[in-house]
Amino acid sequence: MNPACNSTTHISRRTLLRTAGLSGLAWLTPVAHWLGHAQEQAPKGGSAKSIIMLWMGGGPSQLETFDPHPGKKIAGGTKAIGTAAKGIQIAAGLPQTAEVMDEMTLVRSVVSREGDHERGTYHVKTGHRPDPTLVHPAIGAVVCHQLNGPEDQQVDIPRHISILPNQWPARGGYLGAQWDAFKVYNTEGRAGNLTARVKPERLDRRLDDLQVVEQNFARRRRPQLDEKTTLHNHTIDKALRMMRSDQINAFDVTQAPAATRDGFGKTPFGNACLAAVQLIETGVRCVEVTLNGWDTHANNHAFVAEQNAILDPALAGLIRELRARDRLKDTLVVCAGEFGRTPKINAADGRDHWPTGFSIALAGGGIRRGYVHGETDPEGVSKEPGKAVSVADVHATLLHALGIDTFKELMTPVGRPMGLTDGILVPELMTPA
Amino acid sequence: MTGAKVPPPVWQRNLLFAVICLAGAGAVVSDLLQSDTMNSPRDHEPRKFQNASFEATVQVVDNQFEANWARTGLKPMQPADELTLVRRLSLGLTGTIPSLEEIRELEKQPEGTRVQWWLSHLFEDRRTSDHLAERFARATVGVENGPFLIYRRRRFVSWLSDEIHVNRPYDRIVRSLITAKGLWTNNPEVNFVTVTIDQNENKGPDEAKLAARVTRAFLGVRIDCVQCHDDYLGDDWLQKDFHQLASFFGEADMTASGIHETDKPYVFKYRGAGETNAVPPQVPFSAELLPEEGHPRRRLADWVTHKENRAFARATVNRVWALMFGRPLVTPVDQIPLQATTDKPFPPGLETLADDFITNNYDLRRLIRVIAATRVFQLDSEGAEPPTDQHDAHWAAFGLTRLRPEQVAGSILQAASLKPIDANAHIIWQLSRSAQRSDFIKLYGDVGEDEFSATGGTIPQRLLLMNGNMVHERIKDNIVANAATRILATARDNPSAVEAAYLAVLSRRPSPKESAHFVAALDEGGRFARRNRMADLYWALLNSTEFSWNH
Repeated sequence: MNPACNSTTHISRRTLLRTAGLSGLAWLTPVAHWLGHAQEQAPKGGSAKSIIMLWMGGGPSQLETFDPHPGKKIAGGTKAIGTAAKGIQIAAGLPQTAEVMDEMTLVRSVVSREGDHERGTYHVKTGHRPDPTLVHPAIGAVVCHQLNGPEDQQVDIPRHISILPNQWPARGGYLGAQWDAFKVYNTEGRAGNLTARVKPERLDRRLDDLQVVEQNFARRRRPQLDEKTTLHNHTIDKALRMMRSDQINAFDVTQAPAATRDGFGKTPFGNACLAAVQLIETGVRCVEVTLNGWDTHANNHAFVAEQNAILDPALAGLIRELRARDRLKDTLVVCAGEFGRTPKINAADGRDHWPTGFSIALAGGGIRRGYVHGETDPEGVSKEPGKAVSVADVHATLLHALGIDTFKELMTPVGRPMGLTDGILVPELMTPA
Repeated sequence: MTGAKVPPPVWQRNLLFAVICLAGAGAVVSDLLQSDTMNSPRDHEPRKFQNASFEATVQVVDNQFEANWARTGLKPMQPADELTLVRRLSLGLTGTIPSLEEIRELEKQPEGTRVQWWLSHLFEDRRTSDHLAERFARATVGVENGPFLIYRRRRFVSWLSDEIHVNRPYDRIVRSLITAKGLWTNNPEVNFVTVTIDQNENKGPDEAKLAARVTRAFLGVRIDCVQCHDDYLGDDWLQKDFHQLASFFGEADMTASGIHETDKPYVFKYRGAGETNAVPPQVPFSAELLPEEGHPRRRLADWVTHKENRAFARATVNRVWALMFGRPLVTPVDQIPLQATTDKPFPPGLETLADDFITNNYDLRRLIRVIAATRVFQLDSEGAEPPTDQHDAHWAAFGLTRLRPEQVAGSILQAASLKPIDANAHIIWQLSRSAQRSDFIKLYGDVGEDEFSATGGTIPQRLLLMNGNMVHERIKDNIVANAATRILATARDNPSAVEAAYLAVLSRRPSPKESAHFVAALDEGGRFARRNRMADLYWALLNSTEFSWNH
């Protein structure tokens, strides 16, 4: 009805790009040749089917989690423990995670240029830096958009879900609001308004009543109003399909065996991680689970200890449970926050924002097992970690693991071609063929 | 207290205490239930809209649209009834629907005069200035919370609301923003400047952001695309146009005493240039209107609000139009060509309304009254011969627009109350409503600054309306808080109960078919079943397309 973009700029932009493409003869240049070559050499796409993103809101300290420097000044007394992966140590606060480290890869050298919470969150969730002219989709939205086959038609519930989101849940960006993560704010009881407030017979009666009002509204309006413009009854039908599907039981962890639930720590975050496993099994493509509270500008050690007590059983439980259900090989697990924290401890015994050299933990979905990539300066001075990996490169690697072509371009609503990622696959992070 | 020496006063005292408690509770409830009649607008002066110049403007706008319809061969819809117009005005100006009590009061006015009477009523309602202030704030300072400590968005919005409430001329409001000085707490308009400060960079106000805001929000010109390079997309803006404009803000700096002027020049390195240079302040068009002397920001304010700078009036008209119709006359709302050409003329109405706005000293209320009086605003959105996309494109029908989240939340809360939830509403209502509203908006999804995009609803929104807490709480049996229960208790029979529910939720009367359906439903059960049926009726009305769309 009301075109979102101005058609004149739309056309002129496209025409311009086409002209530029023709006159540039870019394909003749050595760079293009090299790029083409690099693409041929790239390993074949992975076979992961879904992704669980554990979102550490606030930016966790790498030193008290996955990148301890025991005995160094910057550790501030934090100890390290050995893990199931030979030669890899992590912080002492994560003993259960240590036991499953043989399933994981730690990237200790992630670098970004975004030291603000909102911008950093955007950057790490989308793989792109914030851009005033458009909003990029988060990786979960990209995965749902790109992996949309016949089996996805069998999924009645949303395929992109965010449990316990903070103020910046994963969004669909230029792909559209229908790719936004479906937000669930509780981990017990009624998830995401998916259950009716009344008994089925009374709901049916209400829906009949609604049709009386709808018919009156449609009577003197164009025939395809709902289908083309309002989508109102169209979305009600979809919502009803969800409400009436058995698949919504996947949100419910109360039916899981008590021992399984205990294994995840029985915190809201732990419950949500268990729900994530159930949801993935139901065919959901991406579940984001948020654990806030990592913004430890003061009293870092005490606060991180509390956070670790929640994270440790949940993360380890998640990996154990996926392995037990034989889902780890096709489920990517990512544990990341918007940035890390300063090696230097501040006057309030806290650590401040540090986007240059922080850790992201990966597991499953063809990710290499028992591996550490990159290293940070043990004295905490250098902002250039060894084997630095950009956030975009992490995204390229994740997309690759999911079998998505990292060189693919999508068209934004204003007709601007936009690459899925600017990053390049980091082959070392994948299980060698 | 178990002693033998305790005399009878214990039970007497307890009784007294119980009586006091009961009396207190009773007073609160009776206060909540109290139904004193609504005040009529004090300042309803027909001469404001029954005068030659007002009628002439409306007539010219009507003629322009009619000529356009004749040319395109479109038959415009019939006029909508007054209740529909009143609903449109309430949604556009207060962000909510009219209450049942207000509708009853309105209907005491003679037919044909109700639209302007309703506007007089709305202009005296604090919700109107609050709502308009929030809408204007989205264009001027955005929706984010902005830099910590040095930016107070709520203060800014309430200042803007005060200005709108006393109907201060719009050019004066804009001048205050551009030239704002001092502390962001004492002078709330300063927040327009401080919101652009990036605290990580340890610099003063961001000239580029300010230049972008000024041009988009006040002039309807998108010049910020040339911040980094000259325009390749059809307009003729140069990179220097943008930075010379930004330069007017170069002297504004930030210290502990707030925003003030320094002699710091604005420097920038142009694309292709080797080094940074001081950029002289200059405006990108109509340079002859720029005063030669004075403080840079005052010169800029003079130029923006100059009576011959028509871009300013057009941008304001377009924004007010968008608030009233749900979509702007020129899309996007902040991109209006500076010149009309033969193949791309200005849309009908724009120039005439801009003229009227300038002649009447940038009086926002007059502008709103004029637009509300035009034939194009009063057209129906439906017809025996239903409108087509062509009708929408040429304003030959009132186009459907989806309500924004806060309009939906406000409307649900209002529909659940018989009396207006305005500044005069009981504080308990106001507080509880405000908490419920923000929870609801979080789940429904705010659209942010991109206010006028026309997209269909989403599944989480439908789930929220069908199964969410707010609708559930507001339709269930509750004689104190919920209209559905109170309508049943007070209506003289089932047909009038159904009618009251329709008026409270959809601001219209039921069709005979609808009435028959729901009266039969209310008739069939006992007292308990009847209450459930009433809740079901409310549920159906709240979940209808009609409720979630402006029409």
